[in-house]
Amino acid sequence: MTLTLNGETRTLSGVFDLAGLVESLGLDARKVAVERNLEIIPRSAYGRTPIAEGDRIEIVHFIGGG
Amino acid sequence: MDGFSSADDTWTVAGRTFRSRLIIGTGKYKDYAQNAAAAEAAGAEIVTVALRRVNLSDPSQPMLADYVKPERFTYLPNTAGCFTGEEAVRTLRLAREAGGWDLVKLEVLSDTKHLLPDMEETLRALKLLVADGFQVMVYCSDDPVYATKLEDAGAAAIMPAAAPIGSGRGIQNFLNLGLIIEQTKVPVLVDAGVGAASDAVLCMEMGCDAVLMNTAIAQARDPIRMARAMKHAVIAGREGYLAGRMPRKQYADPSSPTTGLI
Repeated sequence: MTLTLNGETRTLSGVFDLAGLVESLGLDARKVAVERNLEIIPRSAYGRTPIAEGDRIEIVHFIGGG
Repeated sequence: MDGFSSADDTWTVAGRTFRSRLIIGTGKYKDYAQNAAAAEAAGAEIVTVALRRVNLSDPSQPMLADYVKPERFTYLPNTAGCFTGEEAVRTLRLAREAGGWDLVKLEVLSDTKHLLPDMEETLRALKLLVADGFQVMVYCSDDPVYATKLEDAGAAAIMPAAAPIGSGRGIQNFLNLGLIIEQTKVPVLVDAGVGAASDAVLCMEMGCDAVLMNTAIAQARDPIRMARAMKHAVIAGREGYLAGRMPRKQYADPSSPTTGLI
């Protein structure tokens, strides 16, 4: 399955939903926010949000800024 | 003094009450450890933060939240780098999901050279955010007319730039800033342009509710010491404002009695 992850094309296998994606990337779900095809997905819904071919996913977090 | 002018001198924005009148940014520091030490030295209770893509090639890199802890500091997510209302709204909706709160700093920029706000877009974005339930502290130009429009549209705080972001040039328009402070019912904060501790004193002496700064501390030769200096400057300015300065006079007025001279 090929998707666009933070602007980069990535090919993944064995990952079926957002919870699996976040985990496979080694990220702490409590510290990120996720947008799928421009729709914000609540953290509580990662496990029931499937990912599909061609999805555009953004995963963001807080960094230093003024 | 522990970083606060006095226990009962608080200020309130969007129903949240704070004692420290110094908000600091978390950008441009050598590392997050220095950043956290500066926040402590400044006595800050609120820190601004930016929202960016996670670096997927190295998820183990240091994270802001591990140093400047959200349990200790109120995070004020910003929209730095946004040039349209839609970008700003998208960013803050994600920030709300990442952080779980609705107090945010809106800034919609116009031009990368001076980073002054695009006020037309800022006002439009504010209306979208207010309709979406956000409490919005608004970075704006030092224009009293636009400040009124922002307040009327539901801004939680008016935050005029003293000078361009990161310029360190201090208050450029005392008259306009004074008009904004006089007319505004919600808190007024100078956001951007402070360079020296004396600039922070002037902001507070004029009657600002608080000051927001980043570069003045982060780019000082000794950021921790400058954080401390800014803490004292904000307290000094606030206390001076509350105490009420003496009248300016045309001529000298001796401080020692003029009678009983030998």
